Amino acid sequence: MASALATRDLRRRFGAFTAVDGVSLDIEAGARHAIIGPNGAGKTTLINLITGTLRPDGGDVILGGDRVTGVAPHARVRRGLARTFQINTLFPRLTVAESVALAIGERRGHGRDWLRPVAAQREALDEARGLLQSLQLADDAAVVTRELPYGKQRLVEIALALATRPRVLLLDEPAAGIPSSESQHLIETIERLPAEMAILLIEHDMSLVFRFARRITVMVAGRVLTEGSPAEVAADPRVREVYLGEERHG
Amino acid sequence: MRTLIGVLFDGVAYGSLLFLISLGLSVTMGLMSFVNLAHGAFAMMGGFLCVALMRRFGLSFGLTLPLVFVAIGAAGALLEVALYRRLYRASALDQVLFTIGLTFMVGAAATWIWGPSQQPIELPPALRHQITVLGVDLGAYRLFLIGFVVVLTAALALAITRTRFGAQLRAAVDNPQAAAGVGINVGLLFSVTFAIGAGLSGLGGALAIDVLGLDPTFALKYLVYFLLVVVVGGPGSIRGSLLAALLLGVVDVAGKYYVPQVGGFIIYASMVVLLVLFPHGLHGRRV
Amino acid sequence: MAAASDASTPGIARPRWRPLEIAFWLAPIPAYFAFPERRLLLSQIFVYGLFALSLDLVLGYAGILSLGHAAFFGTGAYTAALLAQHGWTEPLSGLLASGAVSAAFGLLVSLLVVPGSDLGRLMVTLGVGLLMYEVANQASSITGGVDGLTDLPIGALFGKIPFGLDGRAACAYSFAILALVFVLARRLVHSPFGLALRGIRENVRRMPAIGVDVNQRLRVVFAVAAGIAGMAGAALTQTTQLCGIDSLGFQRSAELLIMLVFGGAGRLYGALVGATVFMVAQDALAGISPDYWQFWLGAVLVVLVLIARGGLLGALDAVGRRVRRRH
Repeated sequence: MASALATRDLRRRFGAFTAVDGVSLDIEAGARHAIIGPNGAGKTTLINLITGTLRPDGGDVILGGDRVTGVAPHARVRRGLARTFQINTLFPRLTVAESVALAIGERRGHGRDWLRPVAAQREALDEARGLLQSLQLADDAAVVTRELPYGKQRLVEIALALATRPRVLLLDEPAAGIPSSESQHLIETIERLPAEMAILLIEHDMSLVFRFARRITVMVAGRVLTEGSPAEVAADPRVREVYLGEERHG
Repeated sequence: MRTLIGVLFDGVAYGSLLFLISLGLSVTMGLMSFVNLAHGAFAMMGGFLCVALMRRFGLSFGLTLPLVFVAIGAAGALLEVALYRRLYRASALDQVLFTIGLTFMVGAAATWIWGPSQQPIELPPALRHQITVLGVDLGAYRLFLIGFVVVLTAALALAITRTRFGAQLRAAVDNPQAAAGVGINVGLLFSVTFAIGAGLSGLGGALAIDVLGLDPTFALKYLVYFLLVVVVGGPGSIRGSLLAALLLGVVDVAGKYYVPQVGGFIIYASMVVLLVLFPHGLHGRRV
Repeated sequence: MAAASDASTPGIARPRWRPLEIAFWLAPIPAYFAFPERRLLLSQIFVYGLFALSLDLVLGYAGILSLGHAAFFGTGAYTAALLAQHGWTEPLSGLLASGAVSAAFGLLVSLLVVPGSDLGRLMVTLGVGLLMYEVANQASSITGGVDGLTDLPIGALFGKIPFGLDGRAACAYSFAILALVFVLARRLVHSPFGLALRGIRENVRRMPAIGVDVNQRLRVVFAVAAGIAGMAGAALTQTTQLCGIDSLGFQRSAELLIMLVFGGAGRLYGALVGATVFMVAQDALAGISPDYWQFWLGAVLVVLVLIARGGLLGALDAVGRRVRRRH
């Protein structure tokens, strides 16, 4: 069976610096896969290569069995690949409802409609309401995004990605900026995501990673150091060296 | 009957002038990412100041040049500290509107003081004749222009590569946050660079009176050329500006001489083509 | 211009026509009767309002910095003029044809403008504007050069109502076009397409991540705006029976930008308010020397940027918010 998302030997340089150096991944449908590694290991670059924001110098990205290496980012989204951003990338002056309605409307093909008001798109708006309810954001529907507290903005970040009904979801440090004492709601939201959705999670918060992931890839200096179940990775001495070594210098 | 060499020579002289005036704009855009459409006004004010100094105080042309450089440079520094500094983080639209507004004000003031017509200028007698070089008659003034800019460019190159200021400038153009992080006083750097750029522009404006003419519409009329030099050469790149300015000078002069019916069309069309081919300019973002 | 939230869909505004809007659109009627000698000016206010509206789509909604929008205005103006000169004198079809030509030209230019940085867009639009001016200047056998085209044989509206010097037909014509285009623009702004435009303006990075081909949308908006600008230009030509080269120059593009920013970009009404104030002020101050006008125009711009972001309507909004907060 074709994997939901695969990369084959992805490579990307920035001048003399090689950010991603031959990374191959295989992620099946319904996966709960995490990528961890020290800062500068190339994790975000990898995400950008997978989404198409960056073009690789070598290698391929395969989405649902199809090679998408040359396909534009927006087209990959339409094929079922979505991502969230490490730093909130939201629409500051749109309300929460408008933001989600925008994403859902686009998915439903309303983007070309310039004559009928958004308020008349009944089905899209119903779906938006449902999505907000599932994320417990329904009460904030009329709030302008930039006036939301940070934690809720992080949820909107996820809502936008979910609105595209992806088969593969890339979460780039979803808990970034949220103190562990407050991340409960976010973690529960991520855990409640559909079972058939493949999820690739980049995180530094190890408690979240070990709680959530069924498979972990460790990246160092642009390469995959090791990959395995959480127990295997936790026991791997090389992994501890990477993190302990970082502590010594950091 | 002008020969190809004559046309080339005129083009190079014209290009040198453009380079001199546009240099400050290029560095400002590369360093502060600030779209300063009022840069032409510095050149224009330099020209008017030169005329005023010569006419009202009877100074010789040569003497006005350093004075214009210092005066316009000082005006630039003042403007930068008082007004421009607030807009470094503003949107490109705000910067455009603000600097167009300034240009309008300066142009209107110039018309009110000096009137709308062309300002005549009396060049020193030493520069008013032709010199014959290798059988070709070349204007002494244009020779002087080229020579002046050559010397200046060499001096600048030395300053950029050999002095501490130059090193700091290159660092700041490359990565302003990192530069600030290693203790470079970026604010002061900006002000000094801006002032020098304005001074050079004013100087160029004074030197340009004989070649480009001077009237209160100068700032807007030639703005496109200055912007062209910067964008085609790559903002922040001195080498790029020089190349672009010379290219533009030669193409414009040759175009107007060989195909006068088409006039400025060639320049604007070339600009569009070049921008499409080199969206980051010929040299990109390097000093 | 946010309307009240609908109770059934919180957070999504329903585009209702508010009383202030209706009053705004009724205002020209008393103006028409109160200033019978100024009807040509009124007609020009409508034309420039339409022109400013088209720039609002480009700048206020699509966020494209354009210093050469007059290129499309002029294209429409000259197209209408040349059509009339060659026998196509019916105004409405001429208007639509001119709009189509401008839109096509706009689509072409959009290929160069849309995929650029702010500075690149500035340069390309500036360059295209100057280019068109040069073309009109040089091709004087066709365009009349600096003198333009005069005494154009514009036909009567619907075959019955001629465009006379009294300006009655001119006012009705340009007002009708403005109103119609405005209604359509308003629909566009409240539609999913318009919401996507706002999304592009708010955070262009997020748009591809929700499946939107940003450049394609921007090209469409740019072309449509060019078409509207072309119609404005054609309307000016038709109502005045002449076509001048100043419809193309940088001065025109700069003045348009000022009109829009003064009124407030991104609101549709800002374009109309700005155009009205500008044209009235220009007419009132016409007697004073042009340098005075230019100086104060520059000063207004400087002040606008330093203090009054969001133009006149933005300032009024801010005052309104402060007043509401006190109650």
